[in-house]
Amino acid sequence: MPTVGVKRDLLFKALGKTYTDEEFDELCFEFGLELDEITSEREIISREQGDSKASGASDVILYKIDVPANRYDLLCLEGLVRGLQVFKNKLEAPRYRRVSPVSGEPQKLFITKETAAVRPHAVAAVLRNITFTQERYDSFIELQDKLHQNICRKRSLVAIGTHDLDTISGPFTYTAKPPGDISFKPLNQTKEYTATQLMSLYKTDSHLKHYLHIIEDKPVYPIIYDSNGVVLSMPPIINGDHSKITLKTKNVFVECTATDLTKAKIVLDMMVTMFSEYCSQPFTVEEAEVVYPDGKTCKYPVLYSLQPSCAVESTEKIAQLLTKMCLRSQATGVGDEIEVEIPPTRSDVIHACDIMEDAAMAYGFNNVPHTTPRTYTVANQFPLNKLTELLRQDLAAAGFTEALNFALCSEEDVADKLGKKISETRAVHISNPKTAEFQVARTTLLPGLLKTIASNRKMPLPLKLFEISDVVLKDETKDVGARNSRRFCAVYYNKSPGFEVIHGLLDRTMELLEVKSARVDGYHIQAAEDSTFFPGRCAEIFARGKSVGRLGVLHPDVINRFELTMPCSALEMDIEPFL
Amino acid sequence: ILKNNLGMADAGVAETLLRRIEKADGGVDSLEVASSLGVDHQVVVGAVKSLQALGDLISAEQRSSKRWELSEEGTEIAEQGSHEARVFGSIPLDGLAQSELMKLSFGKIGFSKAMSNKWIRLDKAHEGGPRIFRTVDSIQDQVREKLVLVQKGSSSQLEEKDRNELKKRKLLSEVTVKSYWITKGSSFSTTITKQETELTPDMIANGSWKEKKFKPYNFEAMGVAPDCGHLHPLMKVRTQFRQIFLEMGFTEMPTNNFIESSFWNFDSLFQPQQHPARDAHDTFFLSDPALAHEFPQDYLERVKKVHSEGGFGSQGYKYDWKIEEAQKNILRTHTTAVSARMLYKLAQQKFTPVKYFSIDRVFRNETLDATHLAEFHQIEGVVADYGLTLGDLIGILHQFFTKLGITKLRFKPAYNPYTEPSMEVFSYHEGLQKWVEVGNSGVFRPEMLLPMGLPEDVSVIAWGLSLERPTMIKYGINNIRELVGHKVNLQMVYDSPMCRLES
Repeated sequence: MPTVGVKRDLLFKALGKTYTDEEFDELCFEFGLELDEITSEREIISREQGDSKASGASDVILYKIDVPANRYDLLCLEGLVRGLQVFKNKLEAPRYRRVSPVSGEPQKLFITKETAAVRPHAVAAVLRNITFTQERYDSFIELQDKLHQNICRKRSLVAIGTHDLDTISGPFTYTAKPPGDISFKPLNQTKEYTATQLMSLYKTDSHLKHYLHIIEDKPVYPIIYDSNGVVLSMPPIINGDHSKITLKTKNVFVECTATDLTKAKIVLDMMVTMFSEYCSQPFTVEEAEVVYPDGKTCKYPVLYSLQPSCAVESTEKIAQLLTKMCLRSQATGVGDEIEVEIPPTRSDVIHACDIMEDAAMAYGFNNVPHTTPRTYTVANQFPLNKLTELLRQDLAAAGFTEALNFALCSEEDVADKLGKKISETRAVHISNPKTAEFQVARTTLLPGLLKTIASNRKMPLPLKLFEISDVVLKDETKDVGARNSRRFCAVYYNKSPGFEVIHGLLDRTMELLEVKSARVDGYHIQAAEDSTFFPGRCAEIFARGKSVGRLGVLHPDVINRFELTMPCSALEMDIEPFL
Repeated sequence: ILKNNLGMADAGVAETLLRRIEKADGGVDSLEVASSLGVDHQVVVGAVKSLQALGDLISAEQRSSKRWELSEEGTEIAEQGSHEARVFGSIPLDGLAQSELMKLSFGKIGFSKAMSNKWIRLDKAHEGGPRIFRTVDSIQDQVREKLVLVQKGSSSQLEEKDRNELKKRKLLSEVTVKSYWITKGSSFSTTITKQETELTPDMIANGSWKEKKFKPYNFEAMGVAPDCGHLHPLMKVRTQFRQIFLEMGFTEMPTNNFIESSFWNFDSLFQPQQHPARDAHDTFFLSDPALAHEFPQDYLERVKKVHSEGGFGSQGYKYDWKIEEAQKNILRTHTTAVSARMLYKLAQQKFTPVKYFSIDRVFRNETLDATHLAEFHQIEGVVADYGLTLGDLIGILHQFFTKLGITKLRFKPAYNPYTEPSMEVFSYHEGLQKWVEVGNSGVFRPEMLLPMGLPEDVSVIAWGLSLERPTMIKYGINNIRELVGHKVNLQMVYDSPMCRLES
């Protein structure tokens, strides 16, 4: 969930009302936002870098507001205020319009075929006669950053470039060239660099280094020129210094390059709808024309809007509610149908159900009357869980204490430490573990129980533990190539191995499962070789002729590898055959 | 352990004590009794305690007094005489070599004192070395006499200056003594009936228990801990949640499949392939087996279409949906993957309304802290029926949380890729005096349900929460590692009470 930081006083000024923290928190809650933190720049710096760095930082109060991940229109002060004002019936939802230039042709952006290899899409638009102040400018930059971090997926899907249109002259060309052939003065630098030099320069830049991988290995890099060969930007890395926006900028050329065209259109819509508020003709955006390599043209921004209609009850009321959510609506008069106009700011609305949610929010979730579904059903337990629940109770009654261990562990835990090879284990392997604790899913419950004992060596002996839980094994016959297996494992840890205790627990378990001691049609144990156990002290458990597990005295090497000091006997078996 | 035996050795003292109390005006002091009986004070104290244990025979009030007591050296002198007297005593009529005297333990100190008392003299010029001779025929060992008085408890007969003198010589010291002032109790008697400790089979057989008196038990002591096993607290809470769902008529889903394909975990839930939750730093991917290889083909095509082109009344996400992403195997990030499988299965039959639940492990490749682990248990409830509404969801959430003892709920609009509307559930925490998030809920999107083949007028409502959080609150645990995993504190497991959620 993205967090937006806004200056409290600025927010209240724009809302035309001062709230207490509690009142504002309440408003956020109703609107689906969360007032996450009340802080200041000084507090943030002091927390992150220490008090000394914070001296001189601003004490202006900041509200950190959590915004739902699909509401890109609430990622800046302008959008937040607009949404809340309409919600509180203090403002009519604006209607955004795409307009042609007052005189002459629209700005043109030519896409060449070379871009196909690296970043094939581009869209553009112009904000005409805009007035920046320091605050508006800061918010403008901040919104680009928020969009880059969220919908643009760290610039990999979309990258935004904004330029002072009066410093450049169209038509513009979006092309791709080998890095050695690109040379320009990047934003906030004093000299020209080739693209190759820039990539090594930014290797150490704490901000830009995260984006280099997007194009680094490509044979050609994306680049946008004006008609005089001035570089606007080298997306998705950096803009040119020449066309940078200042407080004096009056006309802004916005371009978005992308690997995902749908997202590029949404991002462009967000940028221009949010800041068209400050144009001399508010909420208008001047179109730009994109010319594709095949000569086809397209005008942007789309100001993507939908006019779906849906059938609802009390159409008048619903229409009013939706209008509160910036969704202009009216009853069509045809049955229960209402027509809703979805503004370009609401890219999250893709189905009538999204509109219904807004109606419910405007109505207030907490005002919705409670009803009880009349769904008549008879409950059933999952048989394996039912057996597990019953068995757990009786094992505790038999004097064993239940442990609960992680399903993920290291390769070493399920192999080396038990005297086995990882290749014998049928373990599934995780490709991206952050630490060795998450290399594989466990194939046996025993390591978890032994680790539990190791962490509880101060407890009085004997320690008698059990666990009934799932292990995971590779299984070609399953659609995902693996399956769970429900196991029962128990250990006895004391000054003497206590094989008879574990053996007795097996007998008791079989009694509970109504399996009698008999070679045919019952259960029996029989000597077995297993590197986890002390030679001659391991037996295999057979139930109704099928091997279901093993029990025995653990090998001293195993005991040592789990940092234990006493003899230990253990039992592990499948319980699924007893369903 | 019950400490109520009246030992045989004490019995005599106890009886004497009772007789003294009977005769005394008002009461007796335990110290004086000890001194007059010539026994250690502790013996009398023992008798007092034993008598107290028999009921209201006596009443004893503790008091403290100051008393003079002999030091170790003082005791030695009281028994064997002062050093100077012993020096005098050890000199024969024909004298003793000084070197011989100095070999004795009391020689050095006793010599100078005896000299100053003029009981002995030293002949330095004696042939064979300096020699000591008696100067008087007999002596009176006053130091010893005084100390004996103190030893008998009659220090009050000494003059203060004598006491101070002896104190200076570190033979005496003043100590605070705790004693009892003993008076008759409400059921005072001078005879003690022998009391039985326990009822025996013999007594039951021959009826002798009727005549016997039994020693009272000490009900202040703890009992003996039973020898037993214990269930894990998280599992105890799981049992209760299962119980609640079963009471509400919900059927348990088979969630015993930790490995899931991205298709069922994400794509079938209309979660787009570029969604951040599908990143390597949020989800555990498998390298072996890396890919799932079997999908219901028709359904997969419908899922692909609704993502990339839309349909079923939706605009879709309009991106290039790739089977390669859907095939990737992962450790499931939510049990909703199983709900998706169950709903798909349901859609393949003639539709009947269902209520499903599950409680099982899910996995997140997240940053770990005191309240977050890479795996946790998700509790999930799902209802599918014709015409379910948001009001039904709110109603059922109230019923569910009421069973947990939570009655004050409110709902916050939220975002979730596969539910619309989505609501976060908050409950008012009386202890913290604020609203805290207790779960998530919503109505499954048509883009998820319709490609499965469910009828258009069927809605599915669902909610979820973690099992660990309510358990940590219930059992007052702050660090999740003390609850789940091998670092668990077994003492906590042994001591944890049963799980009753209604209050």
